[in-house]
Amino acid sequence: MFKVFKNFTKKDLFIILICISLIVFQVFLDLKLPDYMSEITRLIQTEGSSLGSILKEGAYMLACAFGSLATSIFVGFFASRLSANFSKTLRKEIFVKVEKFSMAEVKNFSTSSLITRTTNDVTQLEMLIAMGLQMLCKAPIMVVWAVLKIVNKSMEWSLLTAVLVVVLLATIGFLMIIVLPRFERVQKLIDKVNGVTRENLTGIRVIRAFNAEEFIQDRFEGVNKELTSTQLFNQRCFSILNPVMNMIMHALTLGIYFIGAYLIMEASMLDKITLFSDMVVFSSYGMQVLMSFLMLAMIFMMWPRAQVSAKRINEVLETEESIKDGKFDGKTKEVGTVEFKNVSFKYPDASEYLLKDISFKVKKGETIAFIGSTGSGKSTLINLVPRFYDATDGEVLIDGVNVKDYTLETLYEKLGYVSQKAFMFTGSVMDNVKYGKSKHKKTSEKVKEAIRVAQGEEFVLKMDKGYDSHIARGGTNVSGGQKQRLSIARAIARDPEIYIFDDSFSALDYKTDSVLRKELKKYTKDATSMIVAQRIGTIMNADKIVVLDKGKCVGIGTHNELLKKCSVYKEIALSQLSKEELENA
Amino acid sequence: MPRPMRKPPEKSKNFLGSIKRIIKSLNNWRYLLVFALLLALVSSILAIISPDILSDLADTITDGMAPRVENISKVSEKITSSFNDEDMSNKIKNVMNDENISKEDKAILMETIYDVVDIKTALLSLPDNVLVYLFSDFEFEGVTISSLDQVKFIRIASNIDDHNNSEEMLKMLDSLPKSIYEVVEPKMNMKRIKNIGFVLIIIYLVSALFGFFQSFIMATVSNNFAKSLRSKISVKINKLPLKYFDSHETGNVLSIVTNDVDTIGMQMNQSLATLVSSLTLFIGSLIMMFITNYIMALTAIISSLFGFVFMFIILGKSQKYFNQRQAELGNMNGFIEEMYSGHNVVKVYNGTEESIEKFDELNDKLYCYNRKSAFLSGLMQPIMGFVGNFGYVAVCICGALLVMNDAITFGVIVAFMIYIRLFTNPLSQIAQALSNLQSSVAAGERVFEFLDEKEMLNEDDKKKKLVRKNVLGNIEFKNVKFGYEDDRIIINDFSVKAKSGKKIAIVGPTGAGKTTMVNLLMKFYEINEGDIIIDGISTKELTRENIHELFIMVLQDTWLFEGTIRENIRFNKKNVSDEEIWEALKTVGVDHFVKTLPGELDAMVSDNDQISQGQKQLLTIARGMIEDAPFLILDEATSNVDTRTEELVQKAMDKLTEGRTSFIIAHRLSTIKNADMILVMKDGNIIEMGNHKELMSKNGFYSDLYNSQFKK
Repeated sequence: MFKVFKNFTKKDLFIILICISLIVFQVFLDLKLPDYMSEITRLIQTEGSSLGSILKEGAYMLACAFGSLATSIFVGFFASRLSANFSKTLRKEIFVKVEKFSMAEVKNFSTSSLITRTTNDVTQLEMLIAMGLQMLCKAPIMVVWAVLKIVNKSMEWSLLTAVLVVVLLATIGFLMIIVLPRFERVQKLIDKVNGVTRENLTGIRVIRAFNAEEFIQDRFEGVNKELTSTQLFNQRCFSILNPVMNMIMHALTLGIYFIGAYLIMEASMLDKITLFSDMVVFSSYGMQVLMSFLMLAMIFMMWPRAQVSAKRINEVLETEESIKDGKFDGKTKEVGTVEFKNVSFKYPDASEYLLKDISFKVKKGETIAFIGSTGSGKSTLINLVPRFYDATDGEVLIDGVNVKDYTLETLYEKLGYVSQKAFMFTGSVMDNVKYGKSKHKKTSEKVKEAIRVAQGEEFVLKMDKGYDSHIARGGTNVSGGQKQRLSIARAIARDPEIYIFDDSFSALDYKTDSVLRKELKKYTKDATSMIVAQRIGTIMNADKIVVLDKGKCVGIGTHNELLKKCSVYKEIALSQLSKEELENA
Repeated sequence: MPRPMRKPPEKSKNFLGSIKRIIKSLNNWRYLLVFALLLALVSSILAIISPDILSDLADTITDGMAPRVENISKVSEKITSSFNDEDMSNKIKNVMNDENISKEDKAILMETIYDVVDIKTALLSLPDNVLVYLFSDFEFEGVTISSLDQVKFIRIASNIDDHNNSEEMLKMLDSLPKSIYEVVEPKMNMKRIKNIGFVLIIIYLVSALFGFFQSFIMATVSNNFAKSLRSKISVKINKLPLKYFDSHETGNVLSIVTNDVDTIGMQMNQSLATLVSSLTLFIGSLIMMFITNYIMALTAIISSLFGFVFMFIILGKSQKYFNQRQAELGNMNGFIEEMYSGHNVVKVYNGTEESIEKFDELNDKLYCYNRKSAFLSGLMQPIMGFVGNFGYVAVCICGALLVMNDAITFGVIVAFMIYIRLFTNPLSQIAQALSNLQSSVAAGERVFEFLDEKEMLNEDDKKKKLVRKNVLGNIEFKNVKFGYEDDRIIINDFSVKAKSGKKIAIVGPTGAGKTTMVNLLMKFYEINEGDIIIDGISTKELTRENIHELFIMVLQDTWLFEGTIRENIRFNKKNVSDEEIWEALKTVGVDHFVKTLPGELDAMVSDNDQISQGQKQLLTIARGMIEDAPFLILDEATSNVDTRTEELVQKAMDKLTEGRTSFIIAHRLSTIKNADMILVMKDGNIIEMGNHKELMSKNGFYSDLYNSQFKK
């Protein structure tokens, strides 16, 4: 929990110090108030006191109250700065950290969890600081000071206050023990309700086709019932809190008056009036003590939630990036070559290798393709080039230099990567294709050219504002095929040495697919291409085809060579095309 | 539990109408609700009368503090008379007979009595043992006052002159002999105090109990209400036409089920009861104040009024910042989501720096509004405190004036000290409750809007039924006309006949409308004109449920729910044995894979990383296989499976298609070459129709599409 607070700078600590001293002053004023109150009470009680003296005391009291208000405005000003600044810094730290993550870490946390950690969890902590810091400073000072002021007034009153504080804390503690674990359950159950509803929505056709509406409804009711009963239990428990709290406060006033009556009765005439004003003072101080404990209890109730958030944030911040930046950023001897030297790969905690002993080399301007069945390791293999993962054994060389030695920026400068799932940013078509930093400038002519090559010109021009048309969040206003073409255009606009297409043609129909590849070939004569595909048609013209099966390379060669010597390849080919077609091609 | 910072209240479109609607849907719980609100009312009324009683208590205590001055004069009178009684000569004789008394003293006594110059001074100069003889004991209010005590009293009383202040006076009283002190001492009416205390305890207890029951009931009602809303929404989802989901995002519906229902439940729970009790407290304390003393009441109201004006100004301002903060938070969330989900692209395109720059920009804005809203909302409490104190002083000063003029007692001030608290607290609570209520009404509107969406046609009047076993499997499309929107017809006058057991393929580029055909076959959408006829019966006369029964359907999206493999394959069918499940798994070729999973059939699917997209697809096919129906629809069912696996599945599918009329949608043309009929779709229209050979010889779109696979 405290680790997240290490972000406080010296300046922040200075502010905290100022806040604390202001709070001490404020507590002083707050505790001075009852003194004036009792003085006023005493004056009213005593016959013959002049209105002037009452007015004087009243003015003092108001001055105190106003001073306290002014102080809390100052404290609030600093505290809000502090908390907002804290969350800003922390959010940035997390964001920058996540940006450094490799695919392994992102997958490990899952994207949605990273999002909540960057926003919700930070907000939780921010709230703890905004509300808690003041309370946390104020409450103990208040308790100690108030107790010091009243402790010598009367043993009986002090005892009563102590007993009530214990009752208050016991009630809250009891509630927390019972309810807190259930709060976590509620959160989980809400997720579950969400999950079941999402299933219902995403699977709506299947559910209707199977007439499974009732089945799904039953499932939903199961979770719904559980959620309701857990939440109901919690809230029912909490309905004790308010009445008990009120009871305790009333009990304090009543008790003090009652005890006071006895004390006054026993006291000498001279002490009676002092005792009476003491009684009035005590009831207000006692209330302050109770309130302070209540504040502390509130913090303790916020604490576990914030702690969970802090833990989740620390998990992100403490994760070591598995991909470390290299140092090399100079010129290479070779250009446009990719070489795998006995590369093997497995996930850090897995026992099975996903890729085993893969070796091949591509030269500048060549196209290399990877094919194989689902789970054969094609995507994994290609992910080793942009270092989404690092090879467990062996070396991946680009332009003759190990990818691990490059600075990431230099490495990525060489690559034009198109992911399996086309990704769109919110913004214009132009922004999307222009995206990213690169050495040469991407003029709008260049971007338009890239879109043309990627076969996107036709549909882009049909959009309402052409190249400046807006792309909605997640690219929901363009079709899958269109997204894929734009993300290919994005790679083309970079003029990379090496293209990586991770099954990037799957949403295109055959015709567009083949025209696109032809145009691309024309446009990028000098560039090396690495293509992962499922369709034989997409890759049969590649200079080299690597056939993968269960993580092993079972054949390398051209289409015709492989047809002759590689049974796996032949099988794949035959499953898609008839014999005559293969021979004709 | 502390709630997260207040959300800005959302504006509702029709506040009163929606409130009525919510009240109407709370009908089931109306007695409980009314009861709970009554409890809140009573508990607040008790809270209001208790200060009055407490002020009684304070008055009783003050009453018990004033010395009984009238007794002092009475006692002095008695003492005087005990000195001046007829028995004086005897008393003197007694003095003279006492041998312990010195001669000088006796002489002074005689001198004093016969000369009577200044009795008082002279007497006081005499020692106590002389004086004791001169007074006689008497009884006052049941207390015997001895002559010695009388002497002491006289001595003490002689010290008092008119210049003494009250403190010394009290000191003097404290030094009185015990018997006289007892008479003068203030009498604390303990019996009355006990009685009042007892009444207060009962009031507090009852008020607490009522408060507890009230929130207990409110929790029960609001949670059950939320539950019923969730159920209704879930049921509604299954009654809505698919058309609805074309134009509405999943996220929105989800947010209705969780966020909106939660808002209604929580906010209503808190705000309704708070509103009732706060209003009662507010109005009640107002009335009580005026009843107790109207001058004090006016003072209290005026003094807190300016505080409230101030508070509402701040409330309005902070609301604005809260809204902006919420909006910025939304922007930030959206940006982060985009950057995280496009993580790879951002990295490989060296976009990290750019994204951090953009992030900083958003972060700065968020910081600014965070700070302002936190600052302003943090002001509320101190200001409330100040208003309270200000009111206190005002009430005290005004009260003091009145007390001095004997217009009121001290107890009234004590009562007002509490009234001012009761009076100032509810106003801010009422404001809070109203804004809560507003956002819960806005949420309610969204829920009801969803529940009011037009449902699919009621089919109770459809009496015809096709029984699975007896269906031959003939299907005919007869002049079918259809458009997702009425003004955009995408299928015009389409007719085709599919004989029992035939295989019909639908091909075309993405977005050509292939899935539309499935939607029509399954009656997910109603056709505009024409008819679809199964075994001679129009589907218009059949229920959707009946039609669904006749089809096996496997879709492109691999939909599995969170549960075990067994549950997913069995789905809603009861009485499916494990053997049957294994057989289906074997047919699609995933039996070996399932056996490698921990728990085998009991392995959870959901987000299981061990199960790839392709394997999930195979599982959905297995789920279809368990069904035994005369028609089969495969909508890109093998798109996530690699071609080799597909071939295996294809074999299984071929087996499945035997004796069934099947519709196959595919973009891999190789898979449908052997279909009995191929429908070629483009831009929502069927542009070519025939078997593979016929279509190839046409040299049309199909042959183009087919040949493009091999072009360089």
